[in-house]
Amino acid sequence: MEILKNKTEFDFMGKFPAALVFSCVLILIGLVSIVIKGGLVYGVDFAGGTLVQLKFDKPPSIEAVREGLKSIDLGDSTIQEFGSKNDILIRIQRSEEKLEEVGSRVKDSLKSTFSDSTITVERVEMVGPKVGADLREKALLSMIYSIIGIVIYISWRFEFRYALAAIIALVHDVMITMGAFSIADKEFTLVVVAAFLTIIGYSLNDTIVVFDRIRENLRRRGKSSLREIINSSINQTLSRTLLTSGTTLLVVVALFALGGEIIHDFSFALLIGVGIGTYSSIFIASVFLVFWENWFKASKKA
Amino acid sequence: MYRDLKWKIPLILVVILGCVWLSWPLKEKIALGLDLQGGMHLVLEVEAEKAVTASLERMAEEIKRSIEEADVELDRVSADAETRLVRIALIDELDMPPVDKVLEAYPFLERQASGESRVLNLKLSDSQVKVIEENAVQQGIETIRNRVDQFGVSEPTIQVQGERRILVQLPGIKDPERAIKLIGKTALLEFKLLDEERSVQEALEGNLPEDDDILYEFIENKETGDVTKEPYLVKKRTVLTGDTLTGAEVRYDQNQFNEPYVALTFNNVGAMIFQQVTRENIKKRLAIVLDGHVYSAPVIQDEIAGGRAQITGRFTTEEARDLAIVLRAGALPAPVIILENRTVGPSLGKDSIRQGIQSILWGGVLVVVFIAIYYRLSGLIAVSALFLNLVILVGALSYFGAALTLPGIAGILLTVGMAIDANVLIFERIREEIRVGKTVRAAIEAGYAKAFSTIVDANITTFIAAVVLFQFGTGPIKGFAITLSIGIAASMFTAVFVSRVIFDSTMSRKKINRLSI
Repeated sequence: MEILKNKTEFDFMGKFPAALVFSCVLILIGLVSIVIKGGLVYGVDFAGGTLVQLKFDKPPSIEAVREGLKSIDLGDSTIQEFGSKNDILIRIQRSEEKLEEVGSRVKDSLKSTFSDSTITVERVEMVGPKVGADLREKALLSMIYSIIGIVIYISWRFEFRYALAAIIALVHDVMITMGAFSIADKEFTLVVVAAFLTIIGYSLNDTIVVFDRIRENLRRRGKSSLREIINSSINQTLSRTLLTSGTTLLVVVALFALGGEIIHDFSFALLIGVGIGTYSSIFIASVFLVFWENWFKASKKA
Repeated sequence: MYRDLKWKIPLILVVILGCVWLSWPLKEKIALGLDLQGGMHLVLEVEAEKAVTASLERMAEEIKRSIEEADVELDRVSADAETRLVRIALIDELDMPPVDKVLEAYPFLERQASGESRVLNLKLSDSQVKVIEENAVQQGIETIRNRVDQFGVSEPTIQVQGERRILVQLPGIKDPERAIKLIGKTALLEFKLLDEERSVQEALEGNLPEDDDILYEFIENKETGDVTKEPYLVKKRTVLTGDTLTGAEVRYDQNQFNEPYVALTFNNVGAMIFQQVTRENIKKRLAIVLDGHVYSAPVIQDEIAGGRAQITGRFTTEEARDLAIVLRAGALPAPVIILENRTVGPSLGKDSIRQGIQSILWGGVLVVVFIAIYYRLSGLIAVSALFLNLVILVGALSYFGAALTLPGIAGILLTVGMAIDANVLIFERIREEIRVGKTVRAAIEAGYAKAFSTIVDANITTFIAAVVLFQFGTGPIKGFAITLSIGIAASMFTAVFVSRVIFDSTMSRKKINRLSI
């Protein structure tokens, strides 16, 4: 079976202006959403705070939970369903450094309101402000270090301009995914950062396969222009790009649909990231190589 | 050409057998992370500067006593935590020589100019501060380990993190609240005499005598849950601390409705001091203070020899048991605060495992079916390579003793999706070569050769991201980074090497003119 019969000759380079507009619009929408919502929403891991997940054996009303929690002062808190009607997630901005288990305190205060229902504390995550700041720094550093590592590797194996184009593509992917996160009101947590690093890896993986073909084709260049070589390289690797994205998307969709609430944001990030990564390696990354060359030629002439 | 199959096939078999041997039986060999088996992950910070303060105060107290014993008249001796100074003020500057003699025992106190000849300013040296802080963390860990061992948790992890942090992981813990109290209690036990000559009331109104402190007893009404505070005026000087304890256990008071109490046993030194204090203070009250709270303040009826005492305080059996544990394990040299607490209940962990396995199965089946349809027989070769990849992944996880976490499961799944990429790259190349008109054998040869550098480059970038993630990540994220890195590394072996061997060994047996790809 083949998705693409024989050789394709799509003019990807010609589609670049449209792709550029499309990408800019996506990035812009994301940025606008981030700005309107006052920045990215950090989860407990980075902002510090407490998260308590409770399981009721009968679905409780959120209002009743809120009412039941009034007896203990939790400060700013949000209460929401988590996956099913029986699961409730309570998020408290404050974190307790005292020797106390918030989970059981929350549970105890709800006992009287829900005397006919059994409540189990499924999960407690308390992150103090210090650790939150540490984790933020670590997450940022890990992004920076992996990008540096990748730039060095690509510059060594290819040339610096390839590294630059690859980085542009991955920044593009990460920005769009971040925007999607903001639009979907999802929070940044450690696991999501892990997803972003995976997206970085994946986006590059895709891009490099195309670059590799460009490099190979450049060696027996003949009379074709760089533009033509890049275009045919994208075409030659197109079925592979689509296939690998396809299998990766299959598993990511499985994870998204079946993996459960806890890993939902993680799989959401991957879903968007893998999709965008595939798009950018076809329409965005390689095109920058042409720009680079044109720009160089122009500056040499001048 | 196909001669190297002679060593390649056995090599693959050895790898398979090795991985199966490493990871069998799965249930015992694969450690589950806290997020999957349930449990508690705590990061504590030792407030080490408080150990420095305490030790400074202790020194001031000791110095004061030694100077008094040398019959020197003192104005006052005070300790200042902020500047780390012990300040000795004499009445008469001519008394300095005997004081100098006393101070010979404290070489780490550095003299500083005080401006007054009858006053000495002694600064605790920075190196000594460091020693005290390091000890506080080390002893803290030892103490917590002791407590956890006595509490009875299987396979706890207790280790230093950074300079002052302690990581405590308790898998499968059922009562997290109790565990937190048990681990985090400073458990500094002190015996202090009450100051019965002066009035508590006056002291509360702000007229606190210099040598006294006000401490409270918290009395909880078990029925209403109301807590009342009872103030006591106690002497600052601690007559005896928990250091001298050799034992603490729960007993039941036969006269008082079997109410539990904690019976204490002192070592020889403690017993001697206790006997002396009780002899000299008959009919006076002695407060038993734990972490700054008065538990009881009984009247000393008689001289107590033999080094035994008891703490009563309306305990439940559980509270008494935990108190006995912390007292036996000793006090923390400095208080700890909780920086991070992640607790997962066992049922949530089970749900996560179930959902994880389900998504692996479905994702895996979808990929396998898709690849088998797309590449037919060659697809099946890719699928066997993929399967072997999972075997290696599980084997490596057991070998490294890495815990499987929920993100780790996601990593396995991603490996399934991405490891197939190497075979896709190769197969697409082979198809291209066949289209150009090469023979099956030459096409396979060229396909593998040309795809190889692409595969290496593409995988190494993902690998770089995964390794960085491993370096920076914590807990569950590490699990993800590990499975992803191993998966990628293994795919280089299975997709490139193993699938090639399968092709070659098939070709070596019969001549194939048309490749099912």
